[in-house]
Amino acid sequence: MNGPHDMGGMQTFGPVRPAENAAVSHSAWEERIMAIWAAMGSWRKWNIDSGRQARESLPPAEYLSLSYSQLRYAQALKLLVEGGLVTPAEIERGKATKASPKLTPALSADKVAAYWRNGSPKTRDVAVEAKFRVGQQVRARNVHPVTHTRLPRYARGRVGVIERDRGVFVFPDTNAQYLGEKPQHVYSVRFLARELWGDQANALDTVMIDMWHDYLESA
Amino acid sequence: MDVTRRGFITTTVTAAGVAAVPNAASAAHTDHDHQALPSDFALRVKSLESLLVEKGLVDSAALDALVDIYEHKVGPRNGARVVAKAWSDPEYKRRLLTDADTAIAELGFVGQQGEHMVVVENTPAIHNMVVCTLCSCYPWPTLGLPPIWYKSAPYRSRAVIDPRGVLREFGLEIPAHVELRVWDSTAEIRYLVLPERPAGSESLDQEALAALVTRDSMIGTGRPLSPGESATP
Repeated sequence: MNGPHDMGGMQTFGPVRPAENAAVSHSAWEERIMAIWAAMGSWRKWNIDSGRQARESLPPAEYLSLSYSQLRYAQALKLLVEGGLVTPAEIERGKATKASPKLTPALSADKVAAYWRNGSPKTRDVAVEAKFRVGQQVRARNVHPVTHTRLPRYARGRVGVIERDRGVFVFPDTNAQYLGEKPQHVYSVRFLARELWGDQANALDTVMIDMWHDYLESA
Repeated sequence: MDVTRRGFITTTVTAAGVAAVPNAASAAHTDHDHQALPSDFALRVKSLESLLVEKGLVDSAALDALVDIYEHKVGPRNGARVVAKAWSDPEYKRRLLTDADTAIAELGFVGQQGEHMVVVENTPAIHNMVVCTLCSCYPWPTLGLPPIWYKSAPYRSRAVIDPRGVLREFGLEIPAHVELRVWDSTAEIRYLVLPERPAGSESLDQEALAALVTRDSMIGTGRPLSPGESATP
């Protein structure tokens, strides 16, 4: 969806201020919500793409008013409720309702190391034909799905060149809707900065964008 | 579905207070976050944790173990070892640039958000820089959790349209005859920049070389230290 998260190319957020913002967080609760988020993922009530969709579909003013960790908290609440794991009333009170079933077992401490090490690979070992080849000119489709997509707005309709074929990956647009993984090739596509931004960009500069097959057409 | 979503926001998020953050509008400028962050977020997260524990959904010891990974097991010192090895071992560097997953796994830096790694090399003709405009994708096993600026709207929005201006804010001036190549991590591939080995470092061993590798140099928003130069605090 064309939401506030898709911010590539916006110019009015001010300077980066790297020195003041060099730390990974300002306080301990931020890492705690990251850990809660990671541990809750083991219940498989959502996937990485539906999780992102939950965050991106917040109203723009709300999305932009929240820091990264606050967004993580809002996203967790939303998915916990949508997944039927907790109720809004329970969140408000911080206590479980009496009749609520206790789900077990949760991810235990002794399983964390393996959970971390194994990761969650998004490649799929299935034979899918690569429709584009390295060096081929392609156009990012001018499409505006109302649900989750990883095709940034600033690239839509723009022409680039296939730089690399990265292999076959789960397709976020369907996975976010629980409509299946639809595995397909992901390509790194090279765009001249001037194709994206016009003459104000340096003539040599490029932007590399990873794109699933369904985002591309021949050009 | 839209009704459900809006209903949730007004009942749950607002009830839980997310939308009622004081001075929330200024938080969009992430450099102000530390002023806008209400301390009660710590309480809210604590309350959420105790609810989830009560319901059998999380185990606090597992959360401690995850935080321990974030704080002690991952971080830019891991990436620095990868870079230092590539600087001193041409065969390793070749493997790193052609099959980063395998080469990085040789050093043990595998895990969540490092499943699909690509390493891109800076040369006298190309300067690479990494961003995630859509969220904040970042290679955790080699670099740890991302810095606040990497997750912030100013960096995510401007890194693609004005990368040279952004790099100037990091004190980095890239000559116009060098191609600035920005990698937008829109898919599940995570990028690590292999910076150029600093002049005067020929005699250094891998440990000494690793000490020159800064986090920002592996994102492409900084350069490695020169021998004898110390990190700015």
